[in-house]
Amino acid sequence: MHRTLRFVAAVLALTLLPFAAARAQLTIEIVGGAGTAIPISIVPFGGESVFPLGISGIVAADLARSGMFRLIGSDNVNPRPVRADDVKSDVWRARGADAVVVGSMQPLPDGRVDVRVALVDVVKSSTLTTMNYTVKPAQFRATAHKIADVIYEKLTGDPGVFSTRIAYITKSGPRYQLLVADADGSDPQTIVTSNEPLLSPRWSPDGTRIAYVSLEAKKPVVYVQNLATGSRQAVANFRGSNSSPAWSPDGRRLAVTLTKDGGSQLYVMNADGGNAQRVMSSSAIDTEAYFTPDGQSILFTSDRGGSPQIYRLTLGSGAVERLTFDGSYNVSARPYPDGKGFVFVRRDGGRFQIATQDFATRQVQVLTSGPGDESPSLAPNGKLILYANEVGGRGILAAVSSDGRVKQRLIGTGSDVREPAWGPYAR
Amino acid sequence: MKNILFAAMALMVLAGCSTTPTEAPVEDKSAMATPATTPSTGASTTGTNTAGVSGATGSGTDPRKDPSNILYKRSVYFDFDSFVVDPQYKSIIEAHAKYLVANPAAKVTLQGHADERGSREYNIALGQKRADAVKRMMTLLGVRETIVETVSFGEEKSKNPGHDEAAWAENRRVDIVYVGE
Repeated sequence: MHRTLRFVAAVLALTLLPFAAARAQLTIEIVGGAGTAIPISIVPFGGESVFPLGISGIVAADLARSGMFRLIGSDNVNPRPVRADDVKSDVWRARGADAVVVGSMQPLPDGRVDVRVALVDVVKSSTLTTMNYTVKPAQFRATAHKIADVIYEKLTGDPGVFSTRIAYITKSGPRYQLLVADADGSDPQTIVTSNEPLLSPRWSPDGTRIAYVSLEAKKPVVYVQNLATGSRQAVANFRGSNSSPAWSPDGRRLAVTLTKDGGSQLYVMNADGGNAQRVMSSSAIDTEAYFTPDGQSILFTSDRGGSPQIYRLTLGSGAVERLTFDGSYNVSARPYPDGKGFVFVRRDGGRFQIATQDFATRQVQVLTSGPGDESPSLAPNGKLILYANEVGGRGILAAVSSDGRVKQRLIGTGSDVREPAWGPYAR
Repeated sequence: MKNILFAAMALMVLAGCSTTPTEAPVEDKSAMATPATTPSTGASTTGTNTAGVSGATGSGTDPRKDPSNILYKRSVYFDFDSFVVDPQYKSIIEAHAKYLVANPAAKVTLQGHADERGSREYNIALGQKRADAVKRMMTLLGVRETIVETVSFGEEKSKNPGHDEAAWAENRRVDIVYVGE
């Protein structure tokens, strides 16, 4: 099943025409879906056609892209239902749908629009939820993502991530950019532009700041940048290399890799700079720190055993435990939000693949085939993993569900895309 | 592995006196063709500083800018996943160590690099370990620790943009860059 959703580009052409040309737009292609996708019909909303940018189309695209849903057409259903009471379950069940979304959009005198949406279970003939938003047309896209989040959670049991944002790095000729976009790739905003490499973007837990590494000073320096104001601060600029920032769950501290005292070693410092404390001493490489969700321990990569492997440091006791044993290269661990396991990069022969491991059972599941998969980043619901992969010498972003069944490619235009970071839930 | 490295370095210190700097420049013309002082992928601001290096060597007074001098050689290459300095590069490191000892005002940055395979962040640490290995040899040869800064660009500043073994071999390296040049 190869379905390319070009709607994003089309919508952008309408809404962001003056800016679109200068930005690397990502288009999402679904390359494999869940076997148990829920059949759902998203009926165009009553009154929607008077607006150049509607809502139901974005909701449908969000749900389809997740791989958890299969869209059922609503053509030739007359009269078109706009309220839950209008939905005739037998009609939709005959079409193969288990759920139907209907809605209406009513302009108000102040220019805002009254948006009413209902989600109907046509198997049980019951209304699962209704939503009501009063929004300006400029908020339609954000509203659509919120509606998709509610539908996703009602039908799958997991929170949706359609309202979240992602960050990533592009390289175009000699120019590097750090961009932030909606989770569907739309509305990319340039946060940093540099003629020297940028890497390791990391969202603060509240989504207001991004830590990253820039080589603009002819060495790696860690910066923290405020997204609202654009102001930034070099928080780790010590002698030697400063790299691999990771936020503590409370957003007050950063784990970083510093070489100021010799070797690549792990430190924890204040997120606004200063008070860098070494958390462990070794004569080996220690890097790629990532806090576990409880903030009590740090996953990291070390070559102390002769090859790069993933370890866990318990901050209170200083105890260190090796977690990976299979293969000679296991790196870039990121813990799942539920704290039960982690996703990482493994090398199998010459292929770099995304895999996941359970803390308790140590069971490893390989999710991708490589050959050049790296920089995994988990969605805040833990259900999707965004990662970088190289195809023909050019980097693209891809996503895989944490059970390995749903795969997506996010294809940019004209530039090398790498280092994705999935942001937190919108607040 | 570490013991072997130290043994090798100790031998080098002993051998240092007998090594004649003139025998080395013959072997590697590629290092002369591409000035190793500046990564070719660097920003434009870097390029202007060293514009005179490849062309006019007529000033003649600075051996570091003389293509026929071993000090012109600035790159030490490494095997895959390795941070052990290959003996073939000891004469280059020795020459720079001697220069640094003889010129107390000179300072260097050792820039470590890795090839493109694997984690970008781990590759920063791998490049750092390579730079640190070169630094350790220099300090054993009498260079003061404080005038050598080791940094790493990981896989971010390839010398060869290719994606094959030959390109990777060129990219696993440490560049010796004098501060202010």
